[in-house]
Amino acid sequence: MRPSEYPPPFDPEEVIAAPSDPEPIEVGVLIVGAGPAGLACAIRLQQLLENAPGIAETLGDVPVAVIDKGSKPGAHLLSGAVVNPVSLRRLFEGRRRVADMPFFGSVEGESVYYLTRKHASWIPTPPTMRNHGNFVGSLSQLGRWLAEQAEEAGVTILPETSGERLLVTDGRVRGVRTGDRGLGKDGEPGARHEPGSDLVARATVLAEGTQGHLTGAAISHFGLEGENPQVWALGVKEVWRVAKPLDRVIHTMGWPLRGAAKYREFGGSFVYPMGEDMLTVGMVVGLDYRDVELSVHDLLQELKTHPKIEKLLRDGERIAWGAKTIPEGGWYALPRELHAPGLALVGDAAGTVNVPALKGIHYGVESGILAAEAIFAALQPGEVVWRPGALAPYDEAVRKGMIGKDLYRVRNMRQVFGKGFVMGSALAGAATVSGGRIPGGRYAGERDADQELLRSDRAKSYPVPDGKLTFDKLSSVYLSGNKTRDDAPNHIRIETRVPREVAELWVRMCPAQVYEVSTEDAGKVQVVVTPSNCVQCGAITAKGGRLTPPEGGAGPEYTLT
Amino acid sequence: MKIAVCVKQVPEAGAAKRIDPQTKRLDRGGEAGLNAFDANAVEEALRIRESSGEGEVVLVSMGPSRALEAMRKALAMGADRALLLSDDALEGSDLVATSRVLAAALEREQPDLVLFGQQASDSDGAVLWAAVAERLRRPLVSQAAELEVGDGKVRAKRQTEFGYDRIEAPLPAVVAVSDAINEPRYPSLKGIMGAKSKPQETLSLGDLGVDAGQAGEAGSQTEVYELSPPPSRGETVRIEDDGSAAQKIVDYLAERKLI
Amino acid sequence: MTTLVFLEHHGDEIVKNSLGVLSKAASLGGDVAGVVVGSGVRDAAARAGEYGASRVFVADDPSLEAPLPQPRVDVLASLVRDQGFDNVLFGQSILAADLASGLAARLEAGLNWDLTDVTADGDRLVGKRPALADSVLVDVGWKSTPRLALFRSGSFEAAPTGGSAELLDTPVQLEDFSSRSLLVGQDQEARSGPSIEDADVIVAGGRGLGKPEGFGMLEELAKALHGAVAATRAVVDAGWYPYASQVGQTGKSVAPKLYIACGISGAIQHKVGMQSSGTIVAINKDANAPIFEFCDLGVVGDVNEIVPKLTELVRSRG
Repeated sequence: MRPSEYPPPFDPEEVIAAPSDPEPIEVGVLIVGAGPAGLACAIRLQQLLENAPGIAETLGDVPVAVIDKGSKPGAHLLSGAVVNPVSLRRLFEGRRRVADMPFFGSVEGESVYYLTRKHASWIPTPPTMRNHGNFVGSLSQLGRWLAEQAEEAGVTILPETSGERLLVTDGRVRGVRTGDRGLGKDGEPGARHEPGSDLVARATVLAEGTQGHLTGAAISHFGLEGENPQVWALGVKEVWRVAKPLDRVIHTMGWPLRGAAKYREFGGSFVYPMGEDMLTVGMVVGLDYRDVELSVHDLLQELKTHPKIEKLLRDGERIAWGAKTIPEGGWYALPRELHAPGLALVGDAAGTVNVPALKGIHYGVESGILAAEAIFAALQPGEVVWRPGALAPYDEAVRKGMIGKDLYRVRNMRQVFGKGFVMGSALAGAATVSGGRIPGGRYAGERDADQELLRSDRAKSYPVPDGKLTFDKLSSVYLSGNKTRDDAPNHIRIETRVPREVAELWVRMCPAQVYEVSTEDAGKVQVVVTPSNCVQCGAITAKGGRLTPPEGGAGPEYTLT
Repeated sequence: MKIAVCVKQVPEAGAAKRIDPQTKRLDRGGEAGLNAFDANAVEEALRIRESSGEGEVVLVSMGPSRALEAMRKALAMGADRALLLSDDALEGSDLVATSRVLAAALEREQPDLVLFGQQASDSDGAVLWAAVAERLRRPLVSQAAELEVGDGKVRAKRQTEFGYDRIEAPLPAVVAVSDAINEPRYPSLKGIMGAKSKPQETLSLGDLGVDAGQAGEAGSQTEVYELSPPPSRGETVRIEDDGSAAQKIVDYLAERKLI
Repeated sequence: MTTLVFLEHHGDEIVKNSLGVLSKAASLGGDVAGVVVGSGVRDAAARAGEYGASRVFVADDPSLEAPLPQPRVDVLASLVRDQGFDNVLFGQSILAADLASGLAARLEAGLNWDLTDVTADGDRLVGKRPALADSVLVDVGWKSTPRLALFRSGSFEAAPTGGSAELLDTPVQLEDFSSRSLLVGQDQEARSGPSIEDADVIVAGGRGLGKPEGFGMLEELAKALHGAVAATRAVVDAGWYPYASQVGQTGKSVAPKLYIACGISGAIQHKVGMQSSGTIVAINKDANAPIFEFCDLGVVGDVNEIVPKLTELVRSRG
């Protein structure tokens, strides 16, 4: 049985629409998503426009606008994170230094461990994972800082604004229709209904991050699917205030994941220092896992009971929690083209994550810079930015530059782990040594939702939350500051009448306890959805449903993730 | 007609709130937003302006320079102008000091109506407006669940523990609205875009003519000594029902004089 | 040390809250006086002597009939100035909060509110104030006299001492702006029972009730206990009970003396709305429900069996 056998009531074409607003809002370049990729694109564009007042004028009163569905930039940003500063340096060359950026310090040391239930064996850091010269940071804080830089540079940032529909006419992207606010549970306008608007622009950049809503629709509409389907991992992390500072970056493999090929449990954990008195610990697991009982949130709780990890958290206090998916398909899952007429796809929305290196932020920033440069070039007299192919130089720059080179080198590494930890490690090792030439060809990927389900007794060993070291999902959702109206319309599309196996898969998968099994009849159960718990991680889209953005301003209020 | 709305920036709901053990004050370092109850006051001001067809809605707040961010949301809703009272010497201001500084700013503005929201989610104090009304020597109406402004008067339905009082007071007046009075609007996209370019002024104590010794900790008459964990609830008494649970509950409650 | 206690009245009675504060003031030592402000309040004022006041100042005037704060600021301010009280204490209420705050500004005096206790420490007074959703207790003080304090409702029991007080008439001189707010009418709410915000007892229901009809059973129990009925978000979402009764993060916050949670799991989203309740009794079939971690009396059992029996027993006590 596979979740994909019970597809959600969703058609990507419903996300595509023609402009219909009698009073559209016009901006020059519209960027959807105030994450590192979107903000880097905005900042780079303003830098270029600074020296080209003629072009700037043609973009109108609001030359560059960034919309974000969170209540403020950073509210929906979550990552580990250890950041390679190369692209940020490039972006702020001559204007800001890394010391101005809100990092917690450079990586002083790192260790990788292979864990079993009780032991930790130190293993040499795989070459792809070395972090010398990199900086530890909170992506949410970095996003907030980037937004400040963007605003200083003249970018207009519009938080609490969701991109609900992609406006397309004559095969050309015109902009975005923003979502309504203040609708009731049944979709009816409530007392304070604020309808969405058409935001039209000469060029639109989709920087929505993982599981981009408009991005998915655009890829489908313009036929941009890559050679392999995109796949994702789910990361759940916490931030702790601790008594003793951590002196290095830690990654682990092995327990609590199972190495046998049949389980397909790919991933590991990380523990990163955040200054003198905080650290972050997280668990990342590929969503191609098969066991119905697997719960990444609970694996994180289990991980914390390992003596090596528990020691780091002793006498500490959990102060933040969050969850988000990461695109893991790599090179072969990149869209066939990263552009369409009037459109560019950047960052995680396009899938620019290097899984073996655990890096995506600087590629997001880099792609944002490249998109800005290509758009600026296409705004010059003699070119039309929304002409088919006008943004092809952006695609070329990504593939021929740093992003393409790095992703190509590791192009099959994630996929080989479908063969289990041991075999996968061996192949990955071979891939590293050979610069990617071994294993040859393209390892075909499968969709996460196409994985055959199985059931083990995995849930038995999840710790019962004690409220001090381990925590339940609901108190975690509370800690994320989740602000989603109880009576808002349900933004999650799933088939609600499914076999018990599929229902339980979703119940366990979701870190925010959105799904519950209710009644059973004729071999199927009813799934009840509590959308107000949703932290918009995107896991459901990978595993058989479809997340759509709720009203702007809803969702988590991340600050330290 | 000029309506001044006193608003406050408070730590975000989800942010781990803590009291700084050094300063013994609320750690305001993390993310912050507009106090939710102030949104009701802003909404009411906007409605009054809309129904009278004219007027100016000015936001007044006291806080660090970042407080301008929280005011932006209110500007996006439709307020016209933001006035921030910001000065290092303001830190640690208690009711006496805060009301003094706010009153000085309001005297400067001379609004016809001053509005407050129900309470501040960070200090849960439902008291500031009365102190400000006293300093301004203006009539006060608090807990307004309904408000009408016209003919130089305010008419309010005031929610009390016992029901509703109907109160009238002549302008200029100070009114504190309850959260039952309205549902604050969502800012429109045009509103969010326009907020940035609306006038935002910052005043220091010097600009207000208030001496530094009259503000902040120096100007406060209360202080904080110690923090301690609250008394624990004590042990949970646990029983399994064997048919006699109801009686056991009654005995437990009777013992504690709860019934 | 001299202490003045504001004695709020409703109808012909001094409210219980004020009497509790008066008893506490008496226990602090020194000279304790009360003040009653209104119209036709001498009889109510006289009874204050039974709770520890040696003197009760009475400001009795038709202009003071309406329960409005600003005229009371005038009365108390001149009283404090004339008599030189060290402390002025109030039982927290809508009226008292406005009064205490206006008085603090008038006298440039420190006001601490939401206190649950106060102790005399030498010549200092130290107040205890729960903060951050009652997760921490803060000791607060005053830098000067007079010291103004508002105490949370129900912090102190009224303890009759059987004494009597000297009644002293207080002159009433109002500022020009104090009487500009006018009471033009009142709508006392005809309620079948208290609102959840005011109730001393709340009987709350969650999904563990099994069906919406379960609320009928809870209403019976609430009636027997003179309390109100509340509900969790889950059952309000499901349409079992109205939103006005929702307690929790996205509903109301309540702190009654007694909270009986029936079929409620106790997830944090609900807990934050009721954790300050005096006594929490939980009835739930699930022995692992989180509510058993923070209640005072936890009963593992079937709500549908226990609640009707409980109602019977409470009724039979009369």
